This record gives sequence, C-alpha cells and structure tokens, in this order.
Amino acid sequence: MEILGSFAPDPAGLGPAPQAADREDAGPVSDPWTDAALVAALVAVDPAGLGGALLKALPGPARDAWLDMLRTLLPEGTPLRRVPLHVTDERLLGGLDLAATLHAGRPVAEKGLLVEADGGVIVLAMAERLTPAFAAKLGMAVDHGAVRVERDGIAALTPTRFGVVALDESVGPDEGPPEALRDRLAFHMELEGLRERDIGEPLHEPEEIVAARDQLARVTIEDRALEALCGAALAMGVVSLRAPLFALRVARAAAALDRRDTVEQDDLTLAARLVLAPRATRIPEMPPPPPPEEDQEEEEPPPPPDEGEDERQQDDDDKPLEDQIVDAAQAAIPANLLARLMAAAGRKRRTGILGRSGEQRKALTRGRPIGSRRGDPRAGARLALIDTLRSAAPWQPLRRAEMAQWAEHRGDDRPLPRVLVRKDDFRITRFKKRSQATIIFVVDASGSSAIARLGEAKGAIELLLADCYARRDQVALVAFRGKGAEALLPPTRSLARAKKRLAGFPGGGGTPLAAGIEAAHMMAEVCRTRGETPSVVILTDGRANVTLEGIGGRAKAEEDAKAAAEGLRAMGVSTLLVDTSLRPAAKAQALADSMGATYMPLPRADARALSVAARSAAQTADA
Amino acid sequence: MALAFPFSAIVGQDEMKMALLIAAVDQGVGGVMVFGDRGTGKSTAVRALAALLPPMQRIAGCRYNSDPVRDEAFHRTLNNLAEDTPLEVEEAPVPVVDLPLGATEDRVVGALDLERALTQGEKAFEPGLLARAHRGFLYIDEVNLLEDHLVDLLLDVAASGENVVEREGLSVRHPAKFVLVGSGNPEEGELRPQLLDRFGLAVEVTTPKELQTRVEVVKRRDAFERDPKAFLSTWNEREAGEAQRIREARARVQDVEVPESVLNTVAKLCLTLGTDGLRGELTVIRAARSLAALEGDVEVDESHVRKVATMALRHRLRRDPLDESGSTVRVERAVAEVLGEVA
Repeated sequence: MEILGSFAPDPAGLGPAPQAADREDAGPVSDPWTDAALVAALVAVDPAGLGGALLKALPGPARDAWLDMLRTLLPEGTPLRRVPLHVTDERLLGGLDLAATLHAGRPVAEKGLLVEADGGVIVLAMAERLTPAFAAKLGMAVDHGAVRVERDGIAALTPTRFGVVALDESVGPDEGPPEALRDRLAFHMELEGLRERDIGEPLHEPEEIVAARDQLARVTIEDRALEALCGAALAMGVVSLRAPLFALRVARAAAALDRRDTVEQDDLTLAARLVLAPRATRIPEMPPPPPPEEDQEEEEPPPPPDEGEDERQQDDDDKPLEDQIVDAAQAAIPANLLARLMAAAGRKRRTGILGRSGEQRKALTRGRPIGSRRGDPRAGARLALIDTLRSAAPWQPLRRAEMAQWAEHRGDDRPLPRVLVRKDDFRITRFKKRSQATIIFVVDASGSSAIARLGEAKGAIELLLADCYARRDQVALVAFRGKGAEALLPPTRSLARAKKRLAGFPGGGGTPLAAGIEAAHMMAEVCRTRGETPSVVILTDGRANVTLEGIGGRAKAEEDAKAAAEGLRAMGVSTLLVDTSLRPAAKAQALADSMGATYMPLPRADARALSVAARSAAQTADA
Repeated sequence: MALAFPFSAIVGQDEMKMALLIAAVDQGVGGVMVFGDRGTGKSTAVRALAALLPPMQRIAGCRYNSDPVRDEAFHRTLNNLAEDTPLEVEEAPVPVVDLPLGATEDRVVGALDLERALTQGEKAFEPGLLARAHRGFLYIDEVNLLEDHLVDLLLDVAASGENVVEREGLSVRHPAKFVLVGSGNPEEGELRPQLLDRFGLAVEVTTPKELQTRVEVVKRRDAFERDPKAFLSTWNEREAGEAQRIREARARVQDVEVPESVLNTVAKLCLTLGTDGLRGELTVIRAARSLAALEGDVEVDESHVRKVATMALRHRLRRDPLDESGSTVRVERAVAEVLGEVA
C-alpha cells in the first residue's frame, strides 16, 4: 500500500492488511478502514466540492464510527444535519413558518434543512429508498449551490453549499439509491463486512483539515494529469462526466491534505482508486504491446484485489501516466463487477423480487398519502383537514375583518365562527397510484414451436407496449425457457426498458410452462398487494415439457401447468392467452380454459386485434 | 447565487444549443424539450441562455411583464388607468424562470398576497411564476418528475397563453405566453404524450464519448468553478458575439423568405412521416426560418430544413414511443428520402 503511505501520517495501530486476506469479497482495498478514514478526511476538506459519499453499510459500529470520525474532522460549528427519509418538502426546502407568521402578523419564512446545512454536511438515512423526485430536488440544490423555494406564498432563492453522506442500507443488488444521487457523490464506499476490530483511528487531526481547506485553493494540477484522469475514466467505462471532475477535485483535496500545492501522481492514483474504480463498468483493456512480459500479468481479467498492485507499481515509471492511474484503480475495481452490471442493466431482474413481496410492499405506496393539494373534497377525494386549516390560518384576520364589516352592514350581531374556512382552503389528500393497471407479459421463449414465432411474439408485445404507453399502464415481463421462469422486468412505466429487455432475451430450451404461470401469478399477487390492478398476457403454444421442479417429462409438466393455471384462475385476474403455435392447438385452448383466460391464436391475430383484446382484458380487470 | 456558466463555453451539444437559439430568435417555435443523460449540461445551457437574450421593452414597473403594445389594454384595465394616461416604458431582461420541483400551485399561478393580507388586511393578488415568465422562458428541470396536477395546469396555460385565477373572491386573468423549456431523463419516468406534443422542438443530448471533448468539458468546468469571474471574462467576447447574433437574427427573422419549393418539400417530408396535424409542418418551417436568420441568410433553403427536421419532428411521429432513437432514425431516413442524401 505504497500509495497510502504518504497520506497516513500515523499508520500505527492499523494492522496493514492481514484482516483483508480472510474476506473473499472484501472488494477494493486491502485495508478498508484506511480508505474509509481517508474518505472522511477528504469529505471534511471539501464537502460541497466533492458532493459527498455514499456509504454502503448496514447500521452498526463501523458506520457509526465513520460518522463520528467525520463529525470530529469537520471544523467546529460545521452543521451536520440528518434528513429523515420521509421529510416533507416544506422541511427540506423551506416554506412558510405558520406559527411565527401568525404570531408576527406577517409572512415569516422557515429555513429548510438544505439551507441549514450550508457549509456542512447532510446525512441521508436509508438512501436506497429515496424517490427520484427527492433526488432531483436535492440534485438541483447541489448543482446550483442554492435552494429555490416557491411554496405557500414564499418565493426565495437561498444560497447553500453542502456535502451529502448517503447511507445505503440496501441488501441485494436490486436496490440502491437513485442514480441521480449516486452520480453526484464522489465516493461510493462499502463498509460492509468491516468488523469492530477493523475500526481504527482517524488518519488526520481536525487541525490538518483546517490547514488543508486553506491550502485547497492553491493546489494546481497539470493539464497532463487532468487528461490522464479523463482517459482513465474512459478506459474504465465511466460515462458520467461528473466522475472525472470529482476525481480531479479529490486529487486536489488529497494534495492539500498533504500540504502540497501541486497534484502529484499519488494523488491521481488515489483519486482513481476511490472515485473511478467503484464506478467502473468494465475492466480496462491494457494498451497493446510494449513491455510484453508485463502484459501477461495484466491480461487475466479481474485481478485479485489484494495482490499485484505493489509489483505493478515498481516498473510503472516508464508507462504513460494514464496507464499508471488505470493500473492503480484496477486493483480497486470491485470483484463482482459483472454481477453489478447485470443488476444495473435490469434492476431487479431476478425472480427474487417475487419472494420479497413484504419489502416491496413497504417500498411502494399503496394508499400512502403523498401530501395534499388544492381541490374539491366533494369529488370523492379525501379532505386533508390539517392542511386545510393550515392554509386557512393566515387569512383569518383578513376574513374576520371582512365578515365583521359585512355583519355590521347587515346589522347582524351573532358571533363570528371561530375559524373562517373558505372553498379555496380545501386541501385534498393525494394518494400515489391509487389504481394503477399493470400488465404482466409472460413470454414462452422455449425451443419448441414457440421459437419459430418468438420474433412475432416480441413484435406483438411491442405493439401492446405502445398501447400501454398511451394508457399509462405499467408493464412487467416474465419469460420462461429451459428450466424455469425469470422475471425480466418488474412492473415499470419505462417502456424503453421493457423493449430493451425483451429484445435481448434469447430463445431455446425446454418449456417450463408451469413455472412461467407461477411466476406471473406471484407477480400479480405482489401488484395486487400494492393496490394495483394486474392483468396477465401469456404468449405460449401450451406445450409444456418441463415440470415445476425443472425436470423434463411431458405428462407431469402438463399437469403442473394445469394446476398453475387453475391457481391463477382462482386469483381472479383477467388473463389473455395468445397461442403462438403455428396452427392453433387444442392444448393451448385447454390451458386457456383452465386459467379462465381469453384465448386468442396468434396467426389470426393481427397486431391491432391483439391490442384490442389486451385492452378489453385489462378493462374486465378494472370492472 | 453562483454566476451562470457561459453559453458559448459549453462543449459540443450542438443540437441542444441550436434548438435553444432557435427558440430565442422566434419564441413562436413553441418550447424545447431536452432529453438526455445526467450531467450533460442541460440545465447549464438553459440558464446560460438568459445571459444572451437581448432585453425587452415593458411597461415600467409592471409585474406581469406587459408588452407596451400588445398588453396595453390589459395593463390599463388591471390598474384602472384611463385611455389617455401615458405609460412609461422600461427595458427589462427577458425572464428565464425556473419552476423548481416542489413548487406549490399557489406560487405557480399566483395567489392572494399573504404579506398584504396579514399586515394591511387587504386582498391583493400576488402574481406567480406564470406571470413572471410572460414573454420569456419557463424552465422545468426533470419535467417528468413534476406532479401531474401542475403539469395539467401548465399545459392549460401554455395552450391558451392566459392564466386565469379565481380565488378568495378575486378574479384575475393575465397574459402568460412563454416558451416552455423542459429537461428530463427518460430513464426516470416517461413523459406524458400530451406534454410531449406541446413542445415545438425535442432534442437529445448524450454524454460525449471522445476523450478530447471530455477533457475539454472537465477543464472548462473546473476553471469556471475555481474562478468564475476570470472564466467569464475570457468568454466575454464570444458571449457578446452570440448575443449579437441573436439580436440581429431577431430583427431579421420576419423578413426571411420561405420559397414555395421549401414549403412543398416540408409538406412532403411530413407526409412521408405521417405526422399528425399541421403543427409539425409549421414548426419545421418556423424553426428553419429562425435558423436561416441566425445564419444570416435571407431565404430558407433545404439545408436549413435538413438541420431542423429531426428536432422538430422526432417527437411527433405516430407512436412508436418505445425508443426515442428509433424515431430519430426514422426522421433522418425520411429526410434522406425527400431531400436526398447529404452530398
């Protein structure tokens, strides 16, 4: 760990690397705590410039220790605000302070958390559950260095610059904080697997941070170094342009921490390792020839994380700067790169989603009120009483005066009502997606006769997708082939994604029809628990030959399929079965009967007829 | 508030810049939607545009940005001014108004002035963002995340050019003609088709993949953030040049001729693509005319049509909403078919 040497003034007490050896998937670094401590110091030096850090860890001593360390490193008086998951816009961005307003008799604005955190850091708990809308609001404040408020009679633009520490408690590859947030944080760090004994001391003293902050503005970087960082990012397949920019600032902050005024190579390799490597989407290819003996070593693709770096470092000096940076970062590229990529390409693609309906239900928002808006409660909407009173409150003096005048005018001396609420005050509760239609497509991609028509089936689905788009339905995709079924896409409104997933799905193998129906059934259940209205469209030739257990055998397979079909029928979702066999077959017809589905042979179904059929199926479901 | 990054310093992203300039020259083109990756400078470009727009004339002190001629009647009625009261005219910057996510309806359309209600017990209308954006630009970042009821409201106003507020016994209607500029990332939710149709131009931005471009982006961004003032001063001249170009183009655009042959070509193009209605055709022509004015030409020719056809039509194709790039290719193919391949 030569690179770290220069940054670790007091490495005593930090056992160099032995702990890491027994952790297979420890990921990037041999001594995770050292890196974590460095990240804390860098964030403390330039919180706003670096955006902050994403901390993947479950609550525990390691995470607490890291946060404590950050708190100690931040100069005295620096705000560190925790933002709860379901924070209201009012609290986050600011708005009208009703109590103060009523008291003062003039509008008083209330500062939001983002403004309170100016110059400091906000901590987001459970970042994996943040909504894209939240990430967007946060992103705007971060990008502009200011919060714009246009709420409840308050219009203000307040400058604020802060760093963000996002605590990501996701467990599987399926979840994660919104991409818009990840992109804006320099560091993506994993503290998972860090045990209590790994926790060490901070590497820096608060005074060093103060000195580094002061130094930061003086640190210069050569164009060559900047180009090398950009090149390294590109080589690792890091697309976002924020990444090289962050790498650049990290390099600067690192130099400042070391009290230098130029960025040196160690700073660059550190930046690449901490910023670029965790974002890598591919293992960089090594440039062809020159030193041939070295290439051999380089070519075995994902280099084991713990070794190799040191050896490589030695004969590095004659290599171009960019390659040296790439080399350094390469050792830190997560070992499970491929798995992550898959997860990113089609988040939640595995059937796993079906088994975790509880979690899913929590994350979604059936019947969850998401604030209120002006509206008429008579139209079947629910009155948001508190919000209505809140909106009526500031107007009371005005109305009272008006009413008094009017009463006087009429000679009416009855007392005025306590609270004067008018139609304009009415707020109704908004619920998220109260009745979202979700169409689950189940595609038979097996090698039987379906394969001949897989293309057509895909074409038909695309048409249906276009129809769903127009009606704002969600779609989900399940495909089955070989030994089992796979949820290609959880319910989504992004049809572009649906299309991509569909196009990339190969055909061939046995026909585990039962598994396919079962998967659709489970997905439909999940949808229903979320308050959505699922309907199922199955495209198959009905010729099952793989059982639910994934074993070949036609008779048993068909029996399973029939049972699964009846299960689906019992659930009572509306179903459409599109027979994709070359000639309409009795088997598919019988299956459709078992599941109570509308039967439709594909040969006769031109695309339009199909879309009409799907629509009527969905409408039956609505009724 | 931080200074805005200069428009002319934005590296690449030519289609987006062109669309914004076209809308700046002729606001009647009707809105620009920018789709694209994160961190590609969508918001930067829109905010930067504000600095380039030549100032407009408005009735002095008017909070509705009233045009001295077109909105005169409105202004007089609003303020109870007699026919012959002379109106003062002042110069004001063209508004580029941000509609932040999390905005509430009352601030968008306008509502009773809380301050005056509380302190003076008076009912007075406090204009909202729509009034502030009149004759300028209304920018919504991440438009696909905007709440549905606000989107409906915006569409309504954008279509009618007028904002009507009925509240607390106050009844206000005021002109609200603005260029709607939206940006969004299709990955984060689809845009409702009704909203999409409302934009005159739709452009796509992607993160540049070439090393040199990327280096340049990072370099300029970094230089700007390290010392915004110094950076701005190095770009001053270019910015002034760009502003000049817009000013001249604005003065010229109404005089740019559109020959019959071009009209025919555009009609043929739209026919080939089967776009709905006339809006596509009109937008191509207006955008081409605006571009011709920008390029200093007195007459629209096919080269202008070629350059604007994609951005004016890609979002109007009869639904294959599944992928945007697909529709881009379709427009390009039709252009090649009708106008011939580029020599």
